[in-house]
Amino acid sequence: MRRVMGVETEYGVSAPGDPTANPMVLSGQVVTAYARAKGLHTGRGAWDYAYEQPLRDARGWELGRSFADPSQLTDIDDPTMANVVLTNGARFYVDHAHPEYSGPEVTTPRAVVTWDRAGDLIMQEAAELLNPDPARPTVALYKNNTDGKGASYGTHENYLMRRQTPFGDIVRHLMPFFVVRQLICGAGRVGIGQDSRVSGFQISQRSDFFETEVGLETTLKRPIINTRDEPHATADSYRRLHVIIGDANQCDVAGLLKVGTTSLVLALIEDRAMPADVTVANPVSTLHAISHDPTLRTLVQLRDGRRLTALELLWTYHDACAAYLSERTGDAAGADADTREVMTRWADVLTRLGHDPMSCAREIDWVAKLRLLQAYRDRDSLAWTEPRLAALDIQWSDIRPSKSVFRTLRSAGQVTELIPIEAARAAVATPPEDTRAWFRGECLRRYAANVVSASWDSLIFEVPGQSALQRIPMLEPLRGTRGHLGPLLERSPDVGTLLRELLGSGD
Amino acid sequence: MASQEQSRPQRREGDPDTPAPVTPPGAAQTTVSDADIDSVLDEIDDVLEINAEEFVRSFVQKGGQ
Repeated sequence: MRRVMGVETEYGVSAPGDPTANPMVLSGQVVTAYARAKGLHTGRGAWDYAYEQPLRDARGWELGRSFADPSQLTDIDDPTMANVVLTNGARFYVDHAHPEYSGPEVTTPRAVVTWDRAGDLIMQEAAELLNPDPARPTVALYKNNTDGKGASYGTHENYLMRRQTPFGDIVRHLMPFFVVRQLICGAGRVGIGQDSRVSGFQISQRSDFFETEVGLETTLKRPIINTRDEPHATADSYRRLHVIIGDANQCDVAGLLKVGTTSLVLALIEDRAMPADVTVANPVSTLHAISHDPTLRTLVQLRDGRRLTALELLWTYHDACAAYLSERTGDAAGADADTREVMTRWADVLTRLGHDPMSCAREIDWVAKLRLLQAYRDRDSLAWTEPRLAALDIQWSDIRPSKSVFRTLRSAGQVTELIPIEAARAAVATPPEDTRAWFRGECLRRYAANVVSASWDSLIFEVPGQSALQRIPMLEPLRGTRGHLGPLLERSPDVGTLLRELLGSGD
Repeated sequence: MASQEQSRPQRREGDPDTPAPVTPPGAAQTTVSDADIDSVLDEIDDVLEINAEEFVRSFVQKGGQ
């Protein structure tokens, strides 16, 4: 099962020892330092906003600009905001007050994790450029989603779907899944409530920040199902489902399961293969209650009167996927290695979460974090109010290896790594080969001086000797692959040759 | 409304229709022992900021998406 998808992460940013530092300026420094070191140009014009429609709603209308919160106007090119497209096909820029890495479009869960890990390495390198003396750092970056004081920033997933699938079906069948999915991919958090007013531990970084069921907003009144309808592709054929409820993962297995299981559930919805209605009676309060209960005993009240545990609800989705795959491919785990890996891991973690949640400490962020916090509490008899536990939670996500609790755990061999570090390093500069991200990244690598601006679905070139700019639309995410355009780029020593052939061939 | 009521552990235990999960290849070790955790605590002591209270207080972010 393949699907075009990708993950974008806003990283936490701070200046150690200087709490008054402006986070927008810091974020801009992070992006520009990296871009300069790589010889890429940033800023005005580097991003092509022509096709961006952040106020288009999947329910069939568009929000008037005057009614929008300024933070929703993501298509205005602010010249003070750095913005660059990387040779791996990703976008690296400042979103609000955070540096954001939007990974390239890929087609497998493994590739999502690979290019997500590449994003961490890019952030790490950017910070190192700004911190020549590690003993006196000027910037620190964090792969988390809250400061524990009421602010949250996102890790969003994007899934290409068939346009013909009714949005109502997506809402109905995805809502229950999103209420309970946190068990297999939550990142864990010290503090309960948006501003941590109750002490304790919860499963998800993000859950407490979700206040409505369905909506367009992403920065306030966050909805479980986000309706932004900005396909970055041929709108008649596709929608891009923009998922804002997930946590940033560092555990490979949790990251793989997050996108792998979601993609399979979307296939069920697209093919109308979801066998039963499992509508949750009160999704928002249930989402919070599930997150607040690491013993996994909380019951979910369904609208039809049944009461299930979150694990039982996840098994319902797992079994529906297995039946769907069995019918389609003759094998309940699917016919290809990627689907098989997701189905096998999914059943494995659900089984072990049912026996002893702590047995998943190698695979799932929240379990790994809770296990460590408990060991600390036991050793030093610490209450949940102890600042060292909150510090450990923040430093869990520090991207500097010497300051990262997670990296310490991984270096000690206590985390299951699916992606070898060499593969993540290669993905820093290399695009995935099987989507249009390949053409985008390769053009940046080969013809960077001639690329005036880029976006998910276009590239604009300046051709020496020509006054008019040339815009190449890329509205089909599965075209522009290495197989499709590799030979053409190989025989194009310059951008003039490339464009002559490209425009001449009608591709 | 979600309830805090206790439920028994999973129906899955001993369910004859559910094959035992196969340990995925490459996962040499499937659990983390208490001894493993204890051995890493000292290392993490060295990683953590010395003034935890001040560090936590100064970690303030602007909201994002």
